[in-house]
Amino acid sequence: MSEIDTATAARVAQLARIRVDDDALPALAEEFGAILGFIEQLQEVDVEGVEPMVSVTPMRLKRRADEVTDGGMADTVLSNAPDAREGFFAVPKVVE
Amino acid sequence: MSELPKLTIAAARDALRAGEVTSAELTEACLSAIDGADALGAFVHKTPDRAREMAAAADERLKAGDAPDLCGIPLGIKDLFCTKGVASQAASRILEGFSPEYESTVTTQLFAAGAVMLGKLNMDEFAMGSSNETSTYGNAVNPWRRGNDTAQLTPGGSSGGSAAAVAADLCLGATGTDTGGSIRQPAAFTGITGLKPTYGRCSRWGIIAFASSLDQAGPMAKDVRDAAILLSAMAGHDPKDSTSADLPVPDFESMLTGDVRGKTIGIPREYRMDGMPDEIESLWAEGRKMLEDAGATIVDISLPHTKYALPTYYVIAPAEASSNLARYDGVRYGHRAKLAQGDGIVDMYEKTRAEGFGPEVQRRVMVGTYVLSAGFYDAYYNRARKVRTLIKKDFEDVFEQGVDAILTPATPSAAFGLGEMAEADPVQMYLNDIFTVTVNLAGLPGISVPTGQDRTGLPLGLQLIGKPWEEAELLNTAYALERASGFVAKPEKWW
Repeated sequence: MSEIDTATAARVAQLARIRVDDDALPALAEEFGAILGFIEQLQEVDVEGVEPMVSVTPMRLKRRADEVTDGGMADTVLSNAPDAREGFFAVPKVVE
Repeated sequence: MSELPKLTIAAARDALRAGEVTSAELTEACLSAIDGADALGAFVHKTPDRAREMAAAADERLKAGDAPDLCGIPLGIKDLFCTKGVASQAASRILEGFSPEYESTVTTQLFAAGAVMLGKLNMDEFAMGSSNETSTYGNAVNPWRRGNDTAQLTPGGSSGGSAAAVAADLCLGATGTDTGGSIRQPAAFTGITGLKPTYGRCSRWGIIAFASSLDQAGPMAKDVRDAAILLSAMAGHDPKDSTSADLPVPDFESMLTGDVRGKTIGIPREYRMDGMPDEIESLWAEGRKMLEDAGATIVDISLPHTKYALPTYYVIAPAEASSNLARYDGVRYGHRAKLAQGDGIVDMYEKTRAEGFGPEVQRRVMVGTYVLSAGFYDAYYNRARKVRTLIKKDFEDVFEQGVDAILTPATPSAAFGLGEMAEADPVQMYLNDIFTVTVNLAGLPGISVPTGQDRTGLPLGLQLIGKPWEEAELLNTAYALERASGFVAKPEKWW
């Protein structure tokens, strides 16, 4: 089983932007350990010279002219926002 | 209790066209079946008014003689599909109150064909789960029980609501999505037919994303013919999904002959797991015999990287999920946490996501974040992508050797009890997908067909895996299996 300490668990939670209380960190670290231990098996596979998969179905991505095809619907875009004001999404103060 | 909701899509279509029944009657019968089935937790947003309007419009089309196969057919839609003006929240608290301003491509196509939407169906949160127990709406419940035992069983997941609704005859068919087995495992647990098409066959546009390189929509139906009818309507090229394939969509139903003479069916030895229940083992042997009796040649094959499929999946799927779910930030839609005085924008993100995501989703987002983080990207993510290449090559090799389809069990067990896995570590739950997940990693079509029951009477399913884009042939082989097994059992109504 991979050992994941609580500091690592806290760092991952912070990178994922998920608030985790300090007292929940040991259990989280243990779960990570179990999952990463399971994933660890991949280390035994010989992948020498194997290309990492980019697309499961070989296909050429379609191209189109670089032009505006949609837009002009600010109200529609904002209709589900928790807080929208004067045609904008509103968030807490970002810059002091 | 009306018998109408028990009709197959094919039978209802023929009755509608012959004027023996109207879509309004069919729809009304389904709506009342749904109202009587709240104990199943299948329908989580009911849309009776919308359904009645759509049924009336379908009846007009039928009268005018302009009736595609699905015209007037009442369906349930998995909550993962965005439906315009109707709550679509991926069974997550973080999308509470979200009402899309657009319609997914798959539902657009179904509704253009005249299908009637009865409502939205329960599922695991963001399709992450194998038991429908991670849903913010609460559990969906399997209509099947172990004999006279009243213990509630899981309908499987993530498309648990879709499976329960079809098995309990609340609707004629349903949409599902499958990232690691989320159509096929619940179909097997509830005695219905579920098809995951080739990656790229159905547009992903407007389907709330989990792991974009694996996600694929597909039909959940009462039999193989209905799955074929639904797939023809759901599939097709969509310029709004760059991974959707620009290939013609056959009339899958017309290609069902049940003739599998001369076909070669592979039996992969790596799918024989230690500790596999005898009943699964014998179900598999019976399926092999049925196809052999129908004139197919059975060969033993090897898919050597099978054992690495689950660990590969549990790197790639969480990695893609952590990226896809970054959009839930409390700014543009859905839930935003109540903030304390002085909280900044990062507090808003962190509190919103802690409140809005359930434990399994949080776990996967964090695992995904970890495997993509600096220093681990190569060791985990890139390595998993290389192993995925090898898993796909395993399949290419056997298809090249002349194998037309592969027969495996759909699940390692029958449906288990709700709450039974509560104490198990997450990896135990992941093992549910052991036979299905390879198919997503390789982008192939796979179908689960009910072919037997365990000693307590619970349904069991077999999986057939086909070549890319050859759903027609796959459906036909499934049809042969369905006819040979003669599976007709239905759950006894207790709800």
